[in-house]
Amino acid sequence: MERSHIKQEINITDALMTRINELISHYPADKKKSALLPVLHEVQDAHDNWLSIELQNKVAEILEIQPIEVYEVVTFYTMYNQRPIGKYMFEFCQTSACCLNGVENLMDYTCSKLGVKVGEPTADGLFEVRGVECLGACGYAPMMQLGDFFQEHLTEAKIDQLITDCKEGKITLHDK
Amino acid sequence: MGRKILLDKINVPGIKTYEVYRKEGGYASVEKALKKMTPDEVVEEVKTSGLRGRGGAGFPAGMKWSFIDKKSGKPRHLVCNADESEPGTFKDRFLMEYIPHLLIEGMITSSYALGANLSYIYIRGEYMWVYKILERAIAEAKAAGWLGKNILGSGYDLELYVQIGAGAYICGEETALIESLEGKRGNPRIKPPFPAVSGLWANPTVVNNVETIAAVPWIVNNSGADYAAIGIGRSTGTKLISASGNIKNQGVFEIDLGLSVYEFMNSDEYCGGMQTDRPLKALVPGGSSVPILPAHLIYKTAAGEDRLMSYESLSDGGFATGSMLGSGGFIVYDDRACIVRNTWNFSRFYHHESCGQCTPCREGTGWLEKVLWRIENGQGREEDIELLWSIQAKIEGNTICPLGDAAAWPVAAAIRHFKDEFEYHIRFPEKIKDRNHFVAEPFEKVKHLVAKQTV
Repeated sequence: MERSHIKQEINITDALMTRINELISHYPADKKKSALLPVLHEVQDAHDNWLSIELQNKVAEILEIQPIEVYEVVTFYTMYNQRPIGKYMFEFCQTSACCLNGVENLMDYTCSKLGVKVGEPTADGLFEVRGVECLGACGYAPMMQLGDFFQEHLTEAKIDQLITDCKEGKITLHDK
Repeated sequence: MGRKILLDKINVPGIKTYEVYRKEGGYASVEKALKKMTPDEVVEEVKTSGLRGRGGAGFPAGMKWSFIDKKSGKPRHLVCNADESEPGTFKDRFLMEYIPHLLIEGMITSSYALGANLSYIYIRGEYMWVYKILERAIAEAKAAGWLGKNILGSGYDLELYVQIGAGAYICGEETALIESLEGKRGNPRIKPPFPAVSGLWANPTVVNNVETIAAVPWIVNNSGADYAAIGIGRSTGTKLISASGNIKNQGVFEIDLGLSVYEFMNSDEYCGGMQTDRPLKALVPGGSSVPILPAHLIYKTAAGEDRLMSYESLSDGGFATGSMLGSGGFIVYDDRACIVRNTWNFSRFYHHESCGQCTPCREGTGWLEKVLWRIENGQGREEDIELLWSIQAKIEGNTICPLGDAAAWPVAAAIRHFKDEFEYHIRFPEKIKDRNHFVAEPFEKVKHLVAKQTV
């Protein structure tokens, strides 16, 4: 599916702009571009966790850099999403120690429970399962990232509970 | 009980907060350095301590500091590498999450030593909640007068900020980290010039790992000589080890360098032995990049000496029979683990994380992943082992940064020590169909089949 044509409503609120300006202030006045990575995170968090071309252009405008300078960064780093994603993205770590502790079986379980394949959002757009590389929680495996937080020592029962909590709106995605 | 330098206060209730941290003696090193020592005296203490870079390379920190260009008169920067992403490693996160002010204190004392007035902590994007912890801790420190203009009336100014990454292992390489901090793709730079001469915004820059910087307050409060008295030989001080895999106690431990691998593995104070009654099969002692060790080379070196948790002992025997301390990412495998699958897993990681700048790494890591995948899935050919060897040899040493070597070494070590397991996969595809093939029937039990059926 060609997703780049999906329209995204752009809304740079005053609160978001205040945070962006604060981030820009962390660098010398002539080094605004340095704020690009943190600014993209903030902007993405405020726009349903993805960055359309139009939104990337807006970031370029704010930081006074060329759009290509934003595109090349967005395409390099895995945490920037270039298409709409499931609201609750279950990002399972699938590197060595997590595998030793059964993450592959757990991913199969989660996918069948949600009725999806890895990388495909559920029809209601609420969930998506993704396999990612080492998240730095090898001693607490198996685990996944959900929004800004880690869910560790996972079991099938914990997955069931998380799915229920997400559906009931009990899960906070971003720490603002 | 081993001595604790970094984790001494980790269990004090509320140590995350400025008030408790300060009440427990926190920020004393800043007071001592700024009021009683010159920057060069701080550098000298760190040199004397023998503290080595804790991110994996093990380069002496004091020496790295002494390379910083002071003559050009350009602004200098200290950048803390908190982009912890080496599979098996989760120690820096532990420090930052539970005792964030220790890192901030270390950053202030170290920045003073280097004459840096603008410093950064670059943290990996996935540690988003830790980024917030650090941001709040920095605000607390600033409100208490430890950051800003004229700190403690000393005339020394420092601003400290956290910068968040966005999911790229390569940004743990110091020049890629600097690129990323400049708002660019994480493509490593060609050295020289080294960051000490031309780093962040072409200014002289020192990049140090979280654990390295966190050790500085203790060294300043006590002395470099006291620190050097801990450990063994050129492996001075303590080291955080992130222990994971098939052991009883998984987590972060602080050890005196020089502790025996046997004690670390089996003492209840540390790993507590194996997770189940399944036997020890292999060990990755220092993060995914370092060579894997087979059971017979874990507790003893090839020369029959006790293997110790030190830079020297873990690398004893070179790559033929040794490994490396690396970042201290200690992954233990019992006989349920499949070495071919684990090697494929690591190769997939490196393929995914290669920045794509150098052809040997960009193409080679993809080849390694593909060939390992087909062996693991019963489609391997006899000549594939030779092919893997040839690919890894063509990557090693032929790239701008060490990611290429890091991708090559685990493959070479797996073939060196576990070649028969690769042969088994190639010759008995039916037996490895299930991805958990060694759970019911460990390789040790079927090993004899390989010798009988040669091609």
